[in-house]
Amino acid sequence: MKKHLGIKKVAFLGLCTALALLLAYVESLIPPVFAAVPGIKMGLPNIVILYVLYSLDVRYAATVSLVRLCISSMLFGNAMAFAYSLAGAVLSLAVMWALKKTNLLSGTGVSVAGGVCHNIGQVLVAMVLLDTPQIAYYMLVLSVTGIIAGVFVGVCGGILVKRVPVGKMFKF
Amino acid sequence: MGKFKDIIKKQESRKARNDVIFIASLLLVVLVLACVLFFSAEEGNTVRVTVDGRLFGEYSLLENTTVEIVNGDGYNLLIIEDGKAYVDTASCPDGICSSHRPVSRNGESIICLPNKVVIEIHTVTNSGPDIAV
Ligand SMILES: [Zn+2]
Repeated sequence: MKKHLGIKKVAFLGLCTALALLLAYVESLIPPVFAAVPGIKMGLPNIVILYVLYSLDVRYAATVSLVRLCISSMLFGNAMAFAYSLAGAVLSLAVMWALKKTNLLSGTGVSVAGGVCHNIGQVLVAMVLLDTPQIAYYMLVLSVTGIIAGVFVGVCGGILVKRVPVGKMFKF
Repeated sequence: MGKFKDIIKKQESRKARNDVIFIASLLLVVLVLACVLFFSAEEGNTVRVTVDGRLFGEYSLLENTTVEIVNGDGYNLLIIEDGKAYVDTASCPDGICSSHRPVSRNGESIICLPNKVVIEIHTVTNSGPDIAV
């Protein structure tokens, strides 16, 4: 095991982070599904996270996700949005990683689970922060949007993993 | 080599099938939860009437009253009885509002489109108005 990250790997992860950031920006241009709960998003940057998870490792996926979140909430968000997104991202990545390990589902199924958890995490934080359990109703609607987004993200991520085989391109 | 490809293919089709089962069961869970939430919705305590988007009046669901909602030619007779609200008679041609079943749960509503009348059940607590969800 090498002690330090290779330069190529650092550059590649930087590129992924930039791409995730770009997708977060694109997403911030789309009007929110529910104006009442700002910060809840579909999760386009998950395409990159899924890609890194499948072509590298969960550690790198987590790094890209975290760095992306910090930068994007500094650029386009606020503290509330950061809290929502962080909860969503952590829960989603943890579940995707666990499901990937079971080897039962394809990337699309894993991504759907990630999409749903992404929204569940956000709603849970919103329930705590806004102290309104009524938001639980949102969870249902958001689960459906999470499933749809998950399929989209899964298909896109799957294409990326196939077409951009990072292990063959660089020898890490 | 061919054998190896076959194994991969088999594994992928198995995963694709699992995906479908997984997504279908997720949707089923959501549907069941939606039903549970819908049928366990708490009873409201306030009837809010708006006409043409403007607040017409707020009435307690716990006291029996009769409210005449008059707006130009439009006329709806709202009756609040035993913790339920319903429209008894109305001037509208479709009569959808007067045939609507009585409402009592938080968030339920009776809408009369021709007369632009919205009758909504809310839960108003002493600490302040409910949060619109
Ligand atoms: Zn009517």
